[in-house]
Amino acid sequence: MNIPLPLFVVIPLIVAFLLPIIGSLGGKGKSASTLLANITVLVLLALSILSLGKSDVYQVGKWTIPLGINLVLDGLSVLMLVAVSVVSFAAMLFSVKYMEQYTAKPKYLSLFLLMVAGMNGVVLSGDIFNLFVFLEVASIASYALVGFGCEHEELEASFKYMVLGEIASIFVLFGVALVYGNTGMLNMAYISKSIQQNGMNPGLTFALGLFIAGFGLKAALVPFHAWLPDAHPSAPAPISAMLSGVLIKTLGVYALARIIFNVFGLSLPVAWILLALAMLSMTVGAFLAIGQRDIKRLMAYSSISQVGYIVLGIALGGLIMVKQQNIVLASLAILGGLFHLLNHSVYKSLLFLTSGSIESATGTRDMKKMGGLTQRLPLTRATCTIASASIVGIPPFSGFWSKLILVVAAVQAHFYWIAALIVFVSLCTLIMYLKLQRYVFLGDLPEKFKKIKEHRGTMLASMVFLAVLCVFMGLLVISPTLKAIVLDPAVRVLIGGLRYSKNIITISGM
Amino acid sequence: MKGMTVIVKTITSWVKILIFLFGIYIILFGHLTPGGGFAGGVILASSYILIMLAYGRDFVEENLSLPAASRIDCLGAFSFAMIAILGLVFGGSFFVNFLFQKYLPGQPLNLVSAGTIPLSNIAIGLKVGASLFLVIVSLSICCKDFRPGTSVNKKKE
Repeated sequence: MNIPLPLFVVIPLIVAFLLPIIGSLGGKGKSASTLLANITVLVLLALSILSLGKSDVYQVGKWTIPLGINLVLDGLSVLMLVAVSVVSFAAMLFSVKYMEQYTAKPKYLSLFLLMVAGMNGVVLSGDIFNLFVFLEVASIASYALVGFGCEHEELEASFKYMVLGEIASIFVLFGVALVYGNTGMLNMAYISKSIQQNGMNPGLTFALGLFIAGFGLKAALVPFHAWLPDAHPSAPAPISAMLSGVLIKTLGVYALARIIFNVFGLSLPVAWILLALAMLSMTVGAFLAIGQRDIKRLMAYSSISQVGYIVLGIALGGLIMVKQQNIVLASLAILGGLFHLLNHSVYKSLLFLTSGSIESATGTRDMKKMGGLTQRLPLTRATCTIASASIVGIPPFSGFWSKLILVVAAVQAHFYWIAALIVFVSLCTLIMYLKLQRYVFLGDLPEKFKKIKEHRGTMLASMVFLAVLCVFMGLLVISPTLKAIVLDPAVRVLIGGLRYSKNIITISGM
Repeated sequence: MKGMTVIVKTITSWVKILIFLFGIYIILFGHLTPGGGFAGGVILASSYILIMLAYGRDFVEENLSLPAASRIDCLGAFSFAMIAILGLVFGGSFFVNFLFQKYLPGQPLNLVSAGTIPLSNIAIGLKVGASLFLVIVSLSICCKDFRPGTSVNKKKE
């Protein structure tokens, strides 16, 4: 039996509204709400793993498309759902102890679950207007969470994030309006059908441009990246993990890939634009990251560079598909991009969680003021090193495999300069994470940190959980059965391109 | 914050109940006449805002305390989602209007008709009314006697 798809959105939504009521009942209520939030995230994780390998179209309220709202579960959606659930599970477990330093914990949990509901909605939505609505739900919850500390710097970052995020949302809304005006549809499958029948017109081309700018802003690709290095470090550590780990990917990369590949259809200029944006993000993000002194800021810039990798894989696949008509190579490149997406969501959230552990132990984020912490925080150091090795791409950690696939795809398609760029940016990544290891964990321990203690318990458990994933995620491409369940369906969705609309319309029985 | 003159206070004490009743009317007849949960909720909140303008914020907070408003806010959203879930349980699909289809068809243009739509309107009315009230009160707190130490999510030192 298929799982009713709205559950992915409704479970976190309902619990999110219950939590402030339970949380206001005093001390017991606070711990009960924490427990409830954790159970919710665990249930979502179980549901998303159960729906691996399935595909489904759900018509809300039994209204048939294109009139009603539909939710679509396919390979790509499941991949994103699993990523969101894994990271939100780890981040929620981490917040149990970490968020004790703030007073309004039930509100935090409530906003956290609202954000999860929004992201699940974006991933599942089958029509572009609902995609916009869920995008707003997730974004508005994240604006509040970035400014959750209510201190000067956090509020400033939150405001900047809000202004740029709303500009992105306006772009997306204008794009939706133009598409509706030109095709008369909001359902993705039917828009795609209409575009295939009537061809593009200037209005639709402009809408595509607006979508690229809007979702590019959400994904923090380089010309649009200004908000990310402020917003991600200012948030509490589990929220930074969520933002860098999954939010920029669901709202940015996923939506971009879905709209371009499945709705509008690829064309050569669009593939080149995406490739250019991706390469710019990779290099600029890496260069900016090397100079940082603040741990979380360094990680935030490195996120920009890593999102570049993901978009590079997807765009390279698209380019190969349009230019050389080589499906095998194109699927290899897209596989690299999507696998890197999954990997990055795991190790970047792990890195942000370790930064939270370091910050709550030492009270500072400035690398130059730390040193020798490996004596006091041995397990944090171990997990941080695993994550760093993974992001740099040292075998056998997960990041190695995705970068290897990207390089192999680029070389086989005779884009040697792209392969060289991937290796070069990997080298820059190595420099920044060696710097992090050197300044934070090695060297002399300052006098004032002689007494600090590592947080054990749930904070550690969530970090170890992600670290274990980092080590074993390589199996997803090495083992053919796992690859056939998790990654191949997602690649097929993007390679399938415009067949998406026909599939949806046949499945829903029209 | 002592409020406005006697004239305003007297008029307010007569008018507030009319506004409140009008809000309830708009919510309850949302499926028959123009309006609905959102518009009615805004009118409900506006009656409280009128009291706040006339009598001052303290008076209104005695009447409807901020935690209570916050609970109503959450309850409205929660019951809206529950109505949708009930559609899944009784009607087989999320958001199905199960009352209309199976249990309570009702006559068109009667008050009791349209199944779950009036229930959803009531839930939205509660949600919008309470949250709009909270927004205005929060804005007035920030503008008048805001002390830096009183913010809600302060970090424990």
